[in-house]
Amino acid sequence: MINQIASLGRTGIETCRQIGVSGIFLFRTLVRMPQIRKTLPLLIQQMYAVGILSLLIIGVSGLFVGMVLALQGDHILSQFGSEDQLGQLVALSVTRELGPVLAALLFAGRAGTSLTAEIGLMRATDQLNSMEMMAVDPLLRVIRPRLVAGIIALPLLVLIFNVIAIYGSALIGVNWLGISSGSFWGNMQASVDFRTDVVNGIVKSIVFGVAVTWIAVYQGFYSKPNAAGIGRATTNTVIYGSLLVLALDFVLTAMMLGEW
Amino acid sequence: MSDNQCLVEIKDLSFSRGGRKIFDGLNLKISKGKLTAVMGPSGTGKTTLLMLIGGELYPDSGQILFDGVDVHKQSRKELYQLRKRMGLMFQTGALFTDMNVFDNVAFPLREHTDLSEEMIRDLVLIKLEAVGLRGAINLNIGELSGGMARRVSLARSVALDPELMMYDEPFTGQDPITMGVIVKLIKQLNDSLKLTSVLVSHDVSETASIADYIYLLSQGKVIGEGAPDALFKDDTPEIKQFIHGLPDGAVPFHFPSPTLQEDLLSD
Repeated sequence: MINQIASLGRTGIETCRQIGVSGIFLFRTLVRMPQIRKTLPLLIQQMYAVGILSLLIIGVSGLFVGMVLALQGDHILSQFGSEDQLGQLVALSVTRELGPVLAALLFAGRAGTSLTAEIGLMRATDQLNSMEMMAVDPLLRVIRPRLVAGIIALPLLVLIFNVIAIYGSALIGVNWLGISSGSFWGNMQASVDFRTDVVNGIVKSIVFGVAVTWIAVYQGFYSKPNAAGIGRATTNTVIYGSLLVLALDFVLTAMMLGEW
Repeated sequence: MSDNQCLVEIKDLSFSRGGRKIFDGLNLKISKGKLTAVMGPSGTGKTTLLMLIGGELYPDSGQILFDGVDVHKQSRKELYQLRKRMGLMFQTGALFTDMNVFDNVAFPLREHTDLSEEMIRDLVLIKLEAVGLRGAINLNIGELSGGMARRVSLARSVALDPELMMYDEPFTGQDPITMGVIVKLIKQLNDSLKLTSVLVSHDVSETASIADYIYLLSQGKVIGEGAPDALFKDDTPEIKQFIHGLPDGAVPFHFPSPTLQEDLLSD
């Protein structure tokens, strides 16, 4: 019994320690003098790696999410004779929730894991140590460009996801199910508010971008320098990233709806 | 040896990891302009010693002085200034796999100097020429053999013309020709660039052929030191066992354990 309590206490202390270390890690990475001349080319390189290379999965997922939403939405709305409201249903669901959350989950799986594995392998092959020994701070040279790229890329990917999902739902709703194009787009335009729907969705995506990329680079940087360690770190990125996105979504939604 | 002849001085160094004492009151001095070898069986903390000299690890107690400056009492910025005066060739090479040979060698120059790209190219060519790999300038890291990777790593380590060059197990896993090349390169670089070198290895004959002075470590302490010839003639059991590669002796063949009979009869 005592051993179990002690073990629980140890786990609690270790968790607190890791949260503290990850906070210092984030602070030391971001709160430093910007070195634009050196960082900009690295940032562009990382924007390509985490942003452009995630475009395909984000685009295809957005298209299917929009198409499925249109089918399900039409099925339910037709029971009340309100098929014309499909544009409104899809646009609000996508801009407020599905876009930021699903894109962030996909981003954690596609870009987050890639960042963790890459940094973990750099740790295992002494590349980070050799950088340190050459008096180059890996937090600035390796971590910062990746972190900033993730924070910039996710909101842009969410916008692209939203646009493609709405286009997918229009394809199904208007072109296949025969809903009037005018009412589909008109209802959407009338009901979606730029400030409360679109901007709030972007705010969420920025928060998710920070959370997912922070977890990904932290897990890679502090992974054990062997195959099992990198594997575990990569898995942790997906698990912690996804759970944190869902939890943060609840908190942000409650705040944005004025319930908190 | 007077203090101003030493580039690195280690005083009463103790260091533990995972509950195991790696160093316990270690004392040694690295003379300026000399090639000093640190040898000992696997697991004696030779690589750890290099990490401690470079300030990547912190000792439990004791001091490491680099040119009279305590490495572990420096701010991060000051430590980075010290590290610019050191080079370390890692056992694995530790080359950046997302860059080619040229960019790897150019890396420290681009990070720490404002030289033009033309000047950097010339310097990289000179460094690669010194290690015999000027022709490999455009190869990717994945295309290099193990020996070539270490030579590129060596060229990168000396790119900023350091005062202290540290080599971590440079001969491990190399074929005889590559080993011969690396032995020659280390000696040549040390002599021609007037470097101070620390060579960590357990390859006795190769190390003894180029070292000016050897420290032999075991169980966290220096168990023998001297010029290679003197160590070869030393009759101390620990030194004799290591130098002549005897399987059993002062360093036991068996890892500490209960007797075989006790183990077999236990539940």
